[in-house]
Amino acid sequence: MATNDAGLAIRVRGLTKRFGALVAVNDVDLDVPRRNVYGFLGPNGSGKSTTIRMLCGLLTPSAGEIDVLGLRIPEQAEQLRTRIGYMTQKFSLFEDLTVRENLEFLAAVQDIPRARARKRIDELVEQYHFHDRQKQLAGTMSGGQKQRLALAGAVIHEPELLFLDEPTSAVDPESRRDFWEKLFELADAGTTLLVSTHYMDEAERCHRIAILDRGVLVADGTPDTLTGELAGRTLVVDAAQPRKAKAVLLGIAGVVSVAQIGNVLRVLLADNGDAAARVDAALRAAGIEAGVSASQANLEDVFVSATRAQPAREEAA
Amino acid sequence: MKLRRLMAVMVKELRQMRRDRITLAMIVGIPVMQLLLFGYAINTNLRDLSAGFADQARTSASRALVMDIVATGVVSPALEVATPQELVDAMRRGEISIGVVIPPDYERRRAEGREAVQILVDGSDNAVQSAAAQLAQMPLDGISSGPLATRAISVTGFYNPQRRSAVNIVPGLIGVILTMTMVLFTAVAIVRERERGNMELLIATPVSSAELMIGKVLPYVAIGLVQTTVVLALGMWLFDVPLGGSLLHAYLAACLLIVANLALGLLISTGAQSQFQAMQMTFFIFLPSILLSGFMFPFAGMPKVVQWIAEALPLTHFLRLIRGVMLRGAGLSELWPDVLALLGFTSVMMTAAILRFRKRLD
Repeated sequence: MATNDAGLAIRVRGLTKRFGALVAVNDVDLDVPRRNVYGFLGPNGSGKSTTIRMLCGLLTPSAGEIDVLGLRIPEQAEQLRTRIGYMTQKFSLFEDLTVRENLEFLAAVQDIPRARARKRIDELVEQYHFHDRQKQLAGTMSGGQKQRLALAGAVIHEPELLFLDEPTSAVDPESRRDFWEKLFELADAGTTLLVSTHYMDEAERCHRIAILDRGVLVADGTPDTLTGELAGRTLVVDAAQPRKAKAVLLGIAGVVSVAQIGNVLRVLLADNGDAAARVDAALRAAGIEAGVSASQANLEDVFVSATRAQPAREEAA
Repeated sequence: MKLRRLMAVMVKELRQMRRDRITLAMIVGIPVMQLLLFGYAINTNLRDLSAGFADQARTSASRALVMDIVATGVVSPALEVATPQELVDAMRRGEISIGVVIPPDYERRRAEGREAVQILVDGSDNAVQSAAAQLAQMPLDGISSGPLATRAISVTGFYNPQRRSAVNIVPGLIGVILTMTMVLFTAVAIVRERERGNMELLIATPVSSAELMIGKVLPYVAIGLVQTTVVLALGMWLFDVPLGGSLLHAYLAACLLIVANLALGLLISTGAQSQFQAMQMTFFIFLPSILLSGFMFPFAGMPKVVQWIAEALPLTHFLRLIRGVMLRGAGLSELWPDVLALLGFTSVMMTAAILRFRKRLD
C-alpha cells in the first residue's frame, strides 16, 4: 500500500488497537488530504490520542494498515520522524531548559545545520512572540505560552505533516484564537495538520473532521457536509417554561436529544419526516405555549446524532 | 549515529544538571561526606581501648612497662588478671579489646633479645588491630636500649588474622562513591524523562537510542572524574594515603568503573517504572557491592558462591585495580584481567540498555 494518489497525506484502513480486553480504536478508516486542517473530534477516551500515536509510529497497531506520507507505519517510522511534527497533549518540552535552549535542542536533534538552526530559531522566536522570553525557563511560563512554545518546537524542522493532540485543552479562549491563527498560517504554507479536540468551535474551523466515539469512527467529512446531512432535523423550541417543555419533548418518539440553550430548547430529531408537526402537536396537547421553528444544524448536532444511536436521553447542556 | 545529535543530548543533560541544585550538591557532597565519615571512623589513632594485663613477672621493670603502655593513652587499664587464659576469656566476653601478657621470665627474655611481651588483640574489630600494631612499635625506652628492642613486643591477632590498614579504605572509597552516585544518576535519567512526559517528545524525533543513551552517559563521566579527584586529594591530604603507582593509571581505573556503573544505571533506567523504583534497584546493587567486593571484608575469606557473585560486580574488579595501582604501585597492564572484566561488563550493560530501550510507547 502506498499513497500513490498524491492528494492524501494519511491513508488508514481497518486500524485497531487493543489494550488487553479494551478496544481503544476499532476498525478505523481515514483519508486525510494534504494541505488540510483535519479535525479529530471526540470525547475524552474516544481513542483520539491512541490513533495519533499509532499514526506517528509511537504505538504498534493491533491490526490495520497505516500509510503516512507514502511510508508504511510502524515499519518505516524512523524515516517519518524528520518529516512530521508532533505536539503531545501534555507539555513535553523540558521545563528546566529555557525557551531558546529547548528550541536549540530540538533543532540539533532534527539535525538542522548550526547556522540554519540559529536563523530558524530567531525566526520562530519572532513569529511566536518569545523575543523577550528567550531566557525564561519553559516551566515558569503560562499555559498559553507553553502551547506556543510546543508548537514552535514541533515545526522547527518545517515538517510536511503536523500532529496536534488536544493542543488547546489548557489554554484560555484568547490564546486559543491566536493558536488557531498560527495553525491556518501553517496550512496556508502547505503543511497538513491533524488536530484532535473536544471543542466544537475548533472542529468547525477544520477543513474536514472525523468524529470518534469509543474507538469507532462514527462520522467524517467537511463540517458543511456533516451539518447538511442533518437538514430538517433540528428545531428550536421557544417556550415560556423550557424545563417543562423539555420533559414533554423527550417523551416524543423520534426526538434524539433536547438541549436547553438560554431560554430556548434545541431539539434534534431522528429523521426529517413529519416530526416537526408531531412536536408542535405534542406541546399543544400538554398545554404548553411554545413556538417551534426549523434551525440550521451545527456540529454539536452532528456530534450528538453521531454519538447517540440510542433513544433520546437527557442531556446536560 | 550523528555527532550533532549526540552533542545536543549531552548539552541538554549538562544544562539540566546545572539547574538541579541537589544533584550538584551531591556531586561533591557525597564524596566529601563519605570520605570524612569513613576516614575518621577508621582512624588508627585510637585511644582508651579497654585493656587487660596479665603481669606474671611482677617485677619493677614489668610494672614500669605496664605504666608506659598505659601512658601512651592508646589503652586504659580495665582488668588485671593472673593468667593469659583469663585475658582470652575476658576478650571473648567483650570486656577488653586488648590483652597484655608479661611472662614470668620477662626480664631474662629482654636481656636475651627474645620476644618479651605478648599482646592479644580482638581482631573482630579491624581498627583495634591497627591500634595494637602501633602499640607494638612502641620503643621500650628506659627498660632496655638494645638493638633488638623493636622485636620486644609481639602481636598476635585473634579472630581475624588478616591485618588491614587505613590506606586500604580510601582507594576503595573512590569505588564505593562512584558506585553509589554513578548508578543512581543514570538510573533515574530515563525514568525521569518518562515521568515528566519528555519521552513522548524525544521518541517522536529522529534521535536514536544509541545517541540518547551515550549522550546521557558522557556528561557523567566528567562528574565521576571530579568525584575521583575530590576523594584522591582529600585522601592524600587528610589521611596521607600513598600513591604507589601512576596517577594516570588511577584515573584510568576510575574511568573504567565510571562507565561500567553508568551503563548499569542506564539498564536499570530502561526497566524501572518510576524514579523511586530506579532508586530501589540501585540499592539492590549497591549493598552487595559494598559487602562482597572486598571493600568491607576480605574477598579471600568468602565462600566460593559469594565470590562468583562478587566477580560480577564492577566494584570488585575496581578494588583490585586501584589497590594495585595506588598501594602496590602496579600498572594497569599487569592487572589486565580486571581491566577486561570491567570493559566486558560495560559493553554488555550498554548493549542491553540500548536494545531494551525501544522508541515506542507500548
